[in-house]
Amino acid sequence: MTEDIRDEVDVCVVGAGHAGCEAALACARLGLETVIFTVSVDSIALMPCNPNVGGSSKGHLVRELDALGGEMGKNIDKTFIQSKMLNVSKGPAVHSLRAQADKQNYSREMRKTLENTDHLTIKQAEVCEILADYDEASGQQIMKGVKIYNGGIYKCKAVVLCTGTYLNARCLCGESITYTGPNGLQAATHLTDSLKALGIEMQRFKTGTPARMDKRSIDFSKMEEQFGDERVVPFSFSTDPESVQIDQVSCWLTYTNEKTHEIIRNNLDRSPIYAGIIEGTGPRYCPSIEDKVVKFADKNRHQVFIEPEGLYTNEMYVGGMSSSLPEDVQIQMYRTVPGLEHCKIVRNAYAIEYDCIKPDQLYPSLAFKKFAGLYSGGQFNGSSGYEEAAVQGFVAGVNAARYVQKKEPVVIDRSQGYIGVLIDDLVTKENREPYRMMTSRSEYRLLLRQDNADLRLRKIGYEIGLITQEQYDYVVKKEELIQKEVTRLQNLKIGANKKTQEFLEKHNSASLKTGTYMSELMCRPELSYEILAELDEDRPVLPADVIEQVNINIKYDGYIKRQQKQVEQFKKIENKKIPSDIDYDDIGSLRLEARQKLTKYKPISVGQASRISGVSPADISVLLIYLETYYKNKQ
Amino acid sequence: MTDTIAAIATAVSNAGISIIRVSGSDAVQIVDEIFVTKGGKHILNHVASHTIHYGFIQEQDEMIDEVMVSVMKAPKSYTAEDVVEINCHGGVLVTNKILKTVLAHGARIAEPGEFTKRAFLNGRIDLTKAEAIMDLIEAKSDYALKASENQLQGKIYDEVVKLRKKVIYEIAFIESAIDDPEHISLDGYTERLMQVVDAVLLEIEELIKNAENGKLIKEGIDTVIVGKPNAGKSSLLNRMLGEEKAIVTDIAGTTRDIIQESMKLGGISLNLIDTAGIHETDDVVEKIGVGKAKECIEKADLVVYVVDASVPLDESDQSIIEMLSGKKVIVLLNKSDMETVVYEQLMRDRIAECIGSDMDQCRIVSTSTKEKTGLKEFEEQIRDMFFTGEISFNDEVLITNARQERALVDAKEALCLVKQSLEDEMPEDFYSIDLMNAYASLGSIIGEEVEDDLVQEIFSKFCMGK
Repeated sequence: MTEDIRDEVDVCVVGAGHAGCEAALACARLGLETVIFTVSVDSIALMPCNPNVGGSSKGHLVRELDALGGEMGKNIDKTFIQSKMLNVSKGPAVHSLRAQADKQNYSREMRKTLENTDHLTIKQAEVCEILADYDEASGQQIMKGVKIYNGGIYKCKAVVLCTGTYLNARCLCGESITYTGPNGLQAATHLTDSLKALGIEMQRFKTGTPARMDKRSIDFSKMEEQFGDERVVPFSFSTDPESVQIDQVSCWLTYTNEKTHEIIRNNLDRSPIYAGIIEGTGPRYCPSIEDKVVKFADKNRHQVFIEPEGLYTNEMYVGGMSSSLPEDVQIQMYRTVPGLEHCKIVRNAYAIEYDCIKPDQLYPSLAFKKFAGLYSGGQFNGSSGYEEAAVQGFVAGVNAARYVQKKEPVVIDRSQGYIGVLIDDLVTKENREPYRMMTSRSEYRLLLRQDNADLRLRKIGYEIGLITQEQYDYVVKKEELIQKEVTRLQNLKIGANKKTQEFLEKHNSASLKTGTYMSELMCRPELSYEILAELDEDRPVLPADVIEQVNINIKYDGYIKRQQKQVEQFKKIENKKIPSDIDYDDIGSLRLEARQKLTKYKPISVGQASRISGVSPADISVLLIYLETYYKNKQ
Repeated sequence: MTDTIAAIATAVSNAGISIIRVSGSDAVQIVDEIFVTKGGKHILNHVASHTIHYGFIQEQDEMIDEVMVSVMKAPKSYTAEDVVEINCHGGVLVTNKILKTVLAHGARIAEPGEFTKRAFLNGRIDLTKAEAIMDLIEAKSDYALKASENQLQGKIYDEVVKLRKKVIYEIAFIESAIDDPEHISLDGYTERLMQVVDAVLLEIEELIKNAENGKLIKEGIDTVIVGKPNAGKSSLLNRMLGEEKAIVTDIAGTTRDIIQESMKLGGISLNLIDTAGIHETDDVVEKIGVGKAKECIEKADLVVYVVDASVPLDESDQSIIEMLSGKKVIVLLNKSDMETVVYEQLMRDRIAECIGSDMDQCRIVSTSTKEKTGLKEFEEQIRDMFFTGEISFNDEVLITNARQERALVDAKEALCLVKQSLEDEMPEDFYSIDLMNAYASLGSIIGEEVEDDLVQEIFSKFCMGK
């Protein structure tokens, strides 16, 4: 039988959600012939759940992605309708940017970008099979191509799977079950079998979304209005800050109450999760309202955010109240919430179940261990959220491209970015529920701030080839300016003279006994670089982003230094690479469990090995000593 | 297959005895090539494991030294490899010459700590044990390696685990509040955290204080010398100290008031208990009473019972013997230079009469502190008891290790920074950095935090031959 070959390219990307778009753009921009497959071209970069991008720790991901050369930050800057820096009352580590998107516009803009990228082809088709040849020598399956539903074959060197929630998807709304992907879109029902046949281990996860309501049926007078920031900070480091100072729309805050909770409790038996109909595991940190009521039984109210879905629609998203209860219960439940007494539901809340992989089958490069040329990203890897998906799609895409170009993979480690934390957690820890990014997951968050993502990652983006010379030079220059100004302030003496004392008194700051340095004064909580301008007449004119860094670097100097020390410790064992041909059975003193886990996970570094559950610190010491001997013998 | 390493395992000095340790697949073969019996035969390839042999080291018909060679085959050896130890007469020149001969026959010189590293890699010991061994080596105990059972355990471990739990609980609470501010509030939390930090600080300071004491005491065999007045206890003591030119540390006034002197006998550290009584009145039993003596014996790992062999045993001896039941004892029949009325069999009979068959195997040595006879044998007996595991170091674990103490100090400093941040009203993501540091420092004490430099440090601190 002759093969029905449609095309021969470098990379095939399966899925055009947030992960697939980043993967395909990265590959094409790196000059590889790329095809991106989607079941519906109209659903490119679809936001089937919340109408926003960013938020606590997710905002960090978007900025990091942007620093590396991804698209999400630029796209939301073009399409946001409200923007807010969260947690500004707290320390800089937890500041996080969140923007409300015009969903349709977001989708349309991303599609436009895809359509206008060289080397990139969009193809509407369901991929049913991935094609691989077994290679005796390496013991790996080598990627050959993909087959679409009608039998057509696209030959390629690498495949990136970003199937999101579409694989064998089914949506549940109480007793009503439909076999569709999100938003009633066609599910992908063939690929799972092909993956299983190739030995990929699958599991089933679930997630959910709340109802959308007709704006005209909502009484906003009973809610608190939530405005955007007066001065909007763009997501992308490449966006001109002036271009994002637009008229913004409002969101609204209201609360559930005991009555809401009572209705939910009385109908729990009709919830597919509590009735045991849903087999998939849902995200603990993005719980449905049923989960919240059960889990926080002592709370008499929960927040509900009413957010617009876009400028050209009346639909409003009911944040915080996702549910899989039947429609009649949903109506009752929502109508107990102040302002929603007469609400009309446009789209019901529902839960969705889908196939995804066990991500321990992946290396931190997001390459499958058992395959050469197979990569994956997004919800397919067991994560949840647009931002989590996008960064993985990017990393998977970049590494697929590098594989084709025979380059070493790029891995961001835990000390370099939330991206590193996210991927390391996914591939190293046992994840039993959709993985959501959270601030607390990052050990070094004072260093991994959203404000310095460019300083942390631009260089890597430049080396990958997705950051221009000009963008890179800008960051190098910025770094210099920051360093120079910090040094200047550390050496700038401030005398305990009359002018100083008067200034301090005016700002409710303790007077000086002896002279000090400007940097010391900046450390006082009540003072800052800006306030101290009066005592520092000769200061140079600096861009706002430089001043921001100078402020943070000086104010939190001690903490930053201590965290840097922690990172040094971390790097020491993170940089101890484990050779891929290591045989753990050779190491007599490793405990059996550790030996099995290490053989399964194939960690690339001692650091990664130390994070595998079941591998104890004692095992790690054994490994360290063993490797020392191993490398010595190799020399 | 491992390459074979060799090194001098004892301190290089003109001491009475030196040991060259050889470990690896070819250890037996290599030593066999240079070792002959009195009859001139090469036998080591055929001897059973864990045997010791008398003979000579020779190289091309030149006799280098008269030696005892012990053969311990894998896996029941220190490194879990084939190990051969050559006990020679010592002296820098001869010892080096033997080592050179061993190297000439195919072994390579071991790196510092390499024997222990191999023991570790082969699963013979874990890291805390390795560290305990290092402590013992630093206590200048040549036979300390045999005491690898005595590892960090017990009280300190439990204590640190408890403190860590308290710290991690707070860290977890802060993290959950950062993630879910809607449901978990940090309002008023700083007061609570301050209290916890203060409490933990207090306990850490207590541990640091203990560590300071522990450093003085080091680890050693708690030994008590008992006997009637004039049996010759203090002259024995003086003789032992004098003979060995041992390290004598006066650590009076430390918390453990029962320990007065620490000395080294044949390479083994002994903590002499209650020597104060001996010095002053020569009569423990009378001065401090039977009750106190009993208490001392109770605590001791080893009891040295000095008997005046020139006078008959009496009721005082009777009461002393009764206290010895169940203890590890060496009986010294002292004053052998005089006409003796107490001889070994009589002593054994008397012991059996008093406390039954419990101490049938008890070791009895005739000594004369005056003539300096029998002391070597006494020393051999102690060494033998230690070798065979009959006695071991005291179990009470104190923080004796500078690194562990450093870790405690680090934890303390980190918690002080937490307090500072709380006072400065810094947000939670700042003080959690130092809380985490405190947690990690505590973890490094009990081996829950593995840092590469720690592993390297532990092995690099070993001296050559260990």
